[in-house]
Amino acid sequence: MNRGNAFIFTLAITGLFFILPLLSGADMKGKTKEEQKDGIPKFFIPKAPASENFPCSKCHNYKPADKSKRKLVLYHTDIVFKHAGEQQWCYDCHDGDKLRLQNGQLVGFEKSYYLCGQCHGTVFRDWKAGIHGKRTGMWNGEKLYRLCVSCHDPHQPRFKPLEPKQRPMKPQEIKLDRG
Amino acid sequence: MSKKIRSNPLGIELNRRTFLKGAAAGLAATVVRPAAAGAFNWDSFLQKHFREMNDAEIKKVIGRLEKEAAVEWKKNIHIGTAKAMPGVKFGYGLDLSRCIGCRRCVYACVDENNQSRTPQVHWITVLRFKKGEKWIDLENSEKYYSPKQVPEKDFFYMPVQCQQCENPPCVKACPTQATWKEPDGIVVIDYNWCIGCRYCMAACPYGARRFNWAKPNIPADEINPETHYLGNRPRYKGVVEKCTFCIQRTRAGKYPACVEVCPVGARKFGNLLDPKSEIRYLIENKRVFRLKEDMNTNPKFYYFFATNITQAD
Repeated sequence: MNRGNAFIFTLAITGLFFILPLLSGADMKGKTKEEQKDGIPKFFIPKAPASENFPCSKCHNYKPADKSKRKLVLYHTDIVFKHAGEQQWCYDCHDGDKLRLQNGQLVGFEKSYYLCGQCHGTVFRDWKAGIHGKRTGMWNGEKLYRLCVSCHDPHQPRFKPLEPKQRPMKPQEIKLDRG
Repeated sequence: MSKKIRSNPLGIELNRRTFLKGAAAGLAATVVRPAAAGAFNWDSFLQKHFREMNDAEIKKVIGRLEKEAAVEWKKNIHIGTAKAMPGVKFGYGLDLSRCIGCRRCVYACVDENNQSRTPQVHWITVLRFKKGEKWIDLENSEKYYSPKQVPEKDFFYMPVQCQQCENPPCVKACPTQATWKEPDGIVVIDYNWCIGCRYCMAACPYGARRFNWAKPNIPADEINPETHYLGNRPRYKGVVEKCTFCIQRTRAGKYPACVEVCPVGARKFGNLLDPKSEIRYLIENKRVFRLKEDMNTNPKFYYFFATNITQAD
């Protein structure tokens, strides 16, 4: 190795030391200090299910909001509300294109877990610890989390019943292939 | 030694050397049969115990088995031999307050682990219990339930599979040491050493082991070619098999297939030796029990309740 090559090599190695910390820090980007402290998981799939109505301001900017609690007849008639009985109303959670927490703070739809966690604190805690919700990914590496709304419809969060898969064969139904 | 020849009823005079010669010739005649048994293979017959082989010997055996499997199943099957990771002991959690008895796990397991379709082999059995009865009344549980929809009112469900005991009775029962507990806690079976005596099945208090009464029947396009020697490689007729926590997946860092398929997220998995793992969190913070704990089998399969309600409430 001549002198010039050795110099470039040294330069590259030194460069690596500077670049590597930057790269490893990159996946923490987008998370505030507060979130890291809260133990909010890092990896999500899939993204929050997008609604065809989003952003809300598409329509709501042009109509003065009637915030009174009533039965909706013109729009959003497909939303059947079965969540906390009769107590809830759209504006308890929605505010413009964002979600509104009880303390008045606005959060984006991608952070809806803060909204759900206000009432479902124990489940929120379990979800952060990784024992509520479906788990995929690597048990010793990147775990993939879902948002609450990836599995639960926020307007009627209880799971709908499923058709079970076929029952096992009974012994008398077993036929050996004697061919 | 005396040269005196013993008398015998036939009156044949036979000295020691002649007898030995004859015996050797007779033995040779029985052993060297002219390629009569087509499937017979000296390499297979002389294969050492899996845990006594060194890496080179294992590689040779895997090479032969992969060749045999390619002929047998008409598909290239990769047989892995990944060893247990150091500092890892696998544990499993199942949330009985979430399980709805949909059996998605049963069939995900069949697909992942190359179980026989007919005759049917399932490593997971989902039991249905009536609420309010004697707690875990296994004799009166129902595994053939098939309603239109689950969960059903007044019932709860409990999937049972190999509990990966720390003190496994099946291992003690095996006369050929074809089943043993690996360092990461998975109880495994060497299908080339199993003689099919089924003592282990009698010894298992959980009914977790299954016997191949016939050659497994798996559609060629449904065979999972990513296998492990101690796990999901296609089995032979006359050997015992069971859940291995998806050894081929979990030793590669992935979750078992049943964990990933569960639609209600009732199944949890992790390293019991890692204090920050999910499994440790649920053991420390939730109501937990293990099945038939009084048997002193010390299972690593923890049933727990994340909430106080069940899904049919």
